[in-house]
Amino acid sequence: MSLKAFHIVFVAASILLAFGFGVWSLLDYQDHGNTAELVGGLVSVLAGFALIIYAKAILRKLKNISYL
Amino acid sequence: MDIPYVVQPREDTGLFNAKVGIWLFLASEVMLFGALFSSYILLRVGSMNWLYGEAKDLNVWLGTANTAVLITSSITMVMAWASLKLNEFGKFKAYMGATILLGLVFMVIKAFEYNAKFHHGHFPASHTFYAIYFTLTGLHALHVLGGMVVNSFYWGPGSKMWKTDPVRFTNRVEIGGLF
Repeated sequence: MSLKAFHIVFVAASILLAFGFGVWSLLDYQDHGNTAELVGGLVSVLAGFALIIYAKAILRKLKNISYL
Repeated sequence: MDIPYVVQPREDTGLFNAKVGIWLFLASEVMLFGALFSSYILLRVGSMNWLYGEAKDLNVWLGTANTAVLITSSITMVMAWASLKLNEFGKFKAYMGATILLGLVFMVIKAFEYNAKFHHGHFPASHTFYAIYFTLTGLHALHVLGGMVVNSFYWGPGSKMWKTDPVRFTNRVEIGGLF
């Protein structure tokens, strides 16, 4: 497995982490009303979407590089 | 005598020697961290007075910031390797430099986290939670430090190899990235 393939796995895990943390933070905001958790949650969800865009871009950039 | 598959991959596996080596090393790291995480689970379920929530004195935002730094450094590391693949040595220098700097930022944030723990009187001997906390995060910090040392060599004196053996140098950077 090349660095390209491993990076795709890592980015996929990061996307799941970003959405997971975002939802956790927003649910916590619902319970406690802490503005920092609202901001953190929104930023984390946005980071998840940004990582999806990045994953598509890096796959395009590295399309001629092997997965092995 | 020439050692085979140092630069070019072996035909049947598609791998060069160092890539087999780094994956064997990573498999050993999975076992090492797996053992530590298993210990964490066993200590936690077996503990009668585990620390929960705010009692741990953990800073979620510093931890989140460090996670973002690590993800960003992973991106710059891949871009450094991809730059070499695309024959753009100048970009490699910039991306690799950014990776090393991000590693430094991670260590500084980790130092702030540790300092806050020590300030509150939390040491490895204080509680089972802190024993496993410092063991896991300390080992990870050492891992990052090792990566910084290797990447600094690739960025500095080691980069001379780009002129004499560019494919081998690119392979080396990939191995560093996998680490």
